[in-house]
Amino acid sequence: MERIPIIKMAEFLLVSIQVDMHDKLALTLQDDLTNQIVKSHARGVLIDISSLEIVDSFIGRMLANIAAMSKVLDAQTVVVGMRPAVAITLVELGMSLTGVRTALDVGRGMDLLREALGAPAGVEANGVDANAQD
Amino acid sequence: MSQKTMARLAAILATHEKDVLNEWLEQQTAAVTRRRDLINDQDLREESRRFLAIVRKAAQNDHGAETDWSDARTFLEDLSRTRARQGFSPSETASFVLSLKQPLFARLRQEIGRDPEAFASETWAITTVLDSLGLYTTEVYQKSREEVIANQQREMLELSTPVVQLWQGVLGLPLIGTLDSARTQVVMENLLRSIVETGATIAVIDITGVPTVDTLVAQHLLKTVAAARLMGADCIISGIRPQIAQTIVHLGVDLTAVTTKATLADAFAIALQRTGFAVTRTASARSAPPAKS
Repeated sequence: MERIPIIKMAEFLLVSIQVDMHDKLALTLQDDLTNQIVKSHARGVLIDISSLEIVDSFIGRMLANIAAMSKVLDAQTVVVGMRPAVAITLVELGMSLTGVRTALDVGRGMDLLREALGAPAGVEANGVDANAQD
Repeated sequence: MSQKTMARLAAILATHEKDVLNEWLEQQTAAVTRRRDLINDQDLREESRRFLAIVRKAAQNDHGAETDWSDARTFLEDLSRTRARQGFSPSETASFVLSLKQPLFARLRQEIGRDPEAFASETWAITTVLDSLGLYTTEVYQKSREEVIANQQREMLELSTPVVQLWQGVLGLPLIGTLDSARTQVVMENLLRSIVETGATIAVIDITGVPTVDTLVAQHLLKTVAAARLMGADCIISGIRPQIAQTIVHLGVDLTAVTTKATLADAFAIALQRTGFAVTRTASARSAPPAKS
C-alpha cells in the first residue's frame, strides 16, 4: 500500500508530502506518524507540503489534527512550504490552522522547532551556555 | 403615410434649410440647457448645420421602405461621446436633437396648417423620429460614461495594491482605498507571492489610506493575515486612526490575534526588533546637524 515516508532526524521527524493527498493516505499518515512519535521519542515534527497543490477541508483538518495529536504526545509541529494558492484556499474554507506553527521553507521550519525546544535558532546550545557563564 | 411625411420633411428642409437652421440655433442659444462654458457658438453652428444636412439627406433618400437613419445615428454617437467627455449632462445632450422640433413644427404649420388632419399626422411622424434619435444620444451618453467608470476601476485596482520591501525580511503593504472582496483577493495574492519571492517573515499592513473599516473590511484583513501566517509570515497592522480604533471596538471585531500599531513607524520598529536588527544613530550624525558646517 502507498505510504508517505517518515524520516527520523535527530530528535525530529520529517514528513515530506510529494504526492496528491487522498483521504485514505491522510489517515494512514496520521496513524504512522503518531506511532513513530511514540516509538522514537521525537520532540518535533516537520511537515513539508511544498509539493501539495490541491487541498480540501479534509486535508486541512488532517493537518490541524496531526498538530493537535503531536502536542498531546509532547512534540511540536511545524508545517512548511505552503503554496500561496493553498494558503488562500484554506483561509477561504475557514481553516486558518491556528494551533499550527508555520514557516516558509524547511530551513526556517527547523530553526523554529529548535527555538520552540529551547535552543536559540542557528546557534549551538553550548555556545550560548559558554556566553552565559562568562 | 410615413413616406409622404418624410417627403414633406425633405421638401421643407430643401427649401428652408437656412431658416430652419437659424431658428434652431436661436432656440438652442436661448435654452436653459445651453452650455456656453463648454462649447462656443461657432462649433455649435457647425454641428447643427452638419446634423441638419444629414437629416435632409436621410429624408430625401427615403424610397418607400424604412427611412435609413444610420448616418444620423453615427453622427449623434460621436456627438454624444464628445459631449459626455466634455461634461455635458444627458438632458443637455439630448436637447440638441429635441430642440429641432420647434423650428420644424413652425415650418410645418406654415405649410399645411390649414389641414389639421395632415398637420397632426406629420407632427406625430417627425416627433417619433426625433424622439428616438434623442433617446439614442442618451443611450450612447450613458454607455460612454460607463466605459469611463470601468476604466477607472481597472486602473485603481492595478495602482492601489503595491507590496514594497521595507527591510531584509520585512514587507510593507500600504493599502489605499476601500477594501472589497475583489481587491482583498488581489492584495492577498500579491502579498503571498512577495513572501515567497523575498522570504519575508514579517509583513506590515498599513491601513492609513483605508477610509472606513467595517466588519467586512476587518474580516478581509483577518483573512489576509491568516493566509500570510500559513506561509510562515507574521503580520502587523498599522496606521489605525483613532476613529477606526473606536469603530473596531464598537463593532466587536476581535483583532487580539494580530499585532496592531498606531503608526507605520511603530510597526517598523517592532518588525526590526523581531528580525534582530537595531537602528542606532551614529555619533557624527548626533553632533552635526545635516546643514553644511
